Amino acid sequence: MSAKDKDLRPHLTRDHCLDLMRNMLRIRRFEEKAAELYTQEKIRGFLHLYIGEEAVATGVMQTLTPEDAIVATYREHGHALVRGVPMTGVMAEMYGKSGGVSKGRGGSMHIFSAEHRFYGGNAIVGGGLPLAVGLALADKMQNRPNVTVCFFGEGAAAEGEFHESLNLAALWQLPVLFVCENNLYAMGTALARSESETDIHAKAASYKITSEAVDGMNVVDVEAAARRAVAAVRDGKGPYFLECRTYRFRAHSMFDPQLYRSKDEVTEWEEKGPIRRFSDWVTKSGLLHADDIEAIEADIAKEVEDAVAFAEASPWEEVETLLEDVGAAS
Amino acid sequence: MSEQVTYRDAVGAAIRDAMTADDRVFIMGEDVGRYGGTYAVTKGMIEDFGEDRVRDTPLSESGFTGAGIGAALGGMKPIVEIMTVNFSLLALDQILNTAATFRHMSGGQLNIPVVIRISTGAGRQLAAQHSHSLENWYAHIPGLKVLAPATVQDAYAMLRPALEDPDPVVIFEHVMLYGRTEALDKEATVDLSSAAVRRNGSDISLITYGGSLYKTLEAAEKLAEDGISAEVIDLRVLRPLDDATILKSVGKTRRAVIVDEGWKTGSLAAEVSARIMEGGFWSLDAPVGRVCSAEVPIPYPKHLEDAALPQVDRIIAAAKLALGR
Ligand SMILES: Cc1ncc(C[n+]2csc(CCOP(=O)(O)OP(=O)(O)O)c2C)c(N)n1
Repeated sequence: MSAKDKDLRPHLTRDHCLDLMRNMLRIRRFEEKAAELYTQEKIRGFLHLYIGEEAVATGVMQTLTPEDAIVATYREHGHALVRGVPMTGVMAEMYGKSGGVSKGRGGSMHIFSAEHRFYGGNAIVGGGLPLAVGLALADKMQNRPNVTVCFFGEGAAAEGEFHESLNLAALWQLPVLFVCENNLYAMGTALARSESETDIHAKAASYKITSEAVDGMNVVDVEAAARRAVAAVRDGKGPYFLECRTYRFRAHSMFDPQLYRSKDEVTEWEEKGPIRRFSDWVTKSGLLHADDIEAIEADIAKEVEDAVAFAEASPWEEVETLLEDVGAAS
Repeated sequence: MSEQVTYRDAVGAAIRDAMTADDRVFIMGEDVGRYGGTYAVTKGMIEDFGEDRVRDTPLSESGFTGAGIGAALGGMKPIVEIMTVNFSLLALDQILNTAATFRHMSGGQLNIPVVIRISTGAGRQLAAQHSHSLENWYAHIPGLKVLAPATVQDAYAMLRPALEDPDPVVIFEHVMLYGRTEALDKEATVDLSSAAVRRNGSDISLITYGGSLYKTLEAAEKLAEDGISAEVIDLRVLRPLDDATILKSVGKTRRAVIVDEGWKTGSLAAEVSARIMEGGFWSLDAPVGRVCSAEVPIPYPKHLEDAALPQVDRIIAAAKLALGR
């Protein structure tokens, strides 16, 4: 291992472990609350939970600067939170209130934050990839050292936009990190029922994109891979593709009765869940203690409570504002 | 200050001038570079501006249109060229679901200053996958501005405000206009909100846009020979429509015929007609007439293609019908 490669490894200090733990738990507890609020009809429409996949957004996001751009899907609460979009604004957005990051206009599927260079919140499967390519093109043409990270599910690999975007990014050597969150199902369609080639990262390699598959249930592995990937992209080596193998513990959306998989299968995956696994490891290795985790949990419980209070208190947009923000005010 | 140039060269000059004035402006699309543009609009540009700014793309309409949209979000001023409106359907996802929605969906945080140029229309015997007029599909979409410059002057002058607009603008260039030569004054400016009265008249308003303008003007000439004074309105901005100019004209002439190369059902002509009904019903002396394309995929043989499209004789007949003559 060269000195440079060593530099790229995550430094598992106590502080860093606390941070990884906090980020994953923030997503988990926020979304558990969101599911509860959904049953109370505070949150309506589609709600896609990221529970089980927290290690991916958490690990990847460690490597980014505030100038880097992020494009995500409708399953993006976790990405927004790790990116630093305030939980209050995300929660209020899910309520559809005026205090939401997008003034309630988007809801759960369309979290945006210009300030965090967080570009959605895209609910067309595959639709975010061309956008990420364009953001990277703008950075390259303006000689900015930024990286655009594009998250999407393995279902997107069947869309034309996936292939068009990978080809463009490779052809033009653009600074994009593609992160495929392979949770094995696109709604109820198992990967093998939709793809002739189920090894997603091999598809990227066919476009001459450096590509690797990583255990998406292990936050340290994800971070390590993302560090390698982002360093290469920032170095001007063109796009990079990470396939993070993961699993969604909850239903696709709140409307999904999960007829397509067994409870046993879900239980098996839950046993190797990213939070359980990381907390076992950090406590066994002595990096963190049980009371560290308790302290984090207490902080998060308060943060979630505050976010709910904020959303509850936030007013609805006036109906008179209906036609706002369709085009520039003239 | 005016010179005689073709529509093609006017569009090309507008792009060149914009690229010279602003480093952020660049053009991308299939065959815009080495080939020189499907309709030769970008001929020679790659030599002058380089391949970064005259960017050839693969056959990936959704991919490169989306990339143009992303680049606009990232601070550039891209002009995306799509060869033919039929192919733009492969990019419709990005245009509708991304470009037109982002400002609203983000609660006003984001805007997408992209310009998308699309050639449109029939007349070159290119048959049913290269000849349609789908301007109205785009004019249906809130969040977009839709332009259809019909004159050399507008072809040049509309690009600048389109690039300055903070939101996505789609420009339709009718394929039969590229070869037309007219006077161009590069200093004259135009806004993106008003229709133009191309001919004054008092008996009937002929309302049209894009490739049908010259047919309509010719019809007005012929009507004049029969003592009928027709006013000709060139909509040129298809979204948002300039209701005031339309209603003012109809208020004066009390009769209207709309000439639109789109299919009649669900056409822009239907929209204009409805607006006249809503805003000018009591000033009408006759039902509003429409001359549109026949409800058929555009056929290849010349005589059938001609028969499918609005033509001068049909415009004259519709005007006379409205006048009871
Ligand atoms: C273009 C398009 N087609 C279909 C859908 C409906 N849909 C929403 S999510 C989804 C499954 C996507 O699966 P995947 O990409 O693996 O992401 P995951 O939901 O598993 O995170 C489908 C089919 C859509 N939103 N967009």
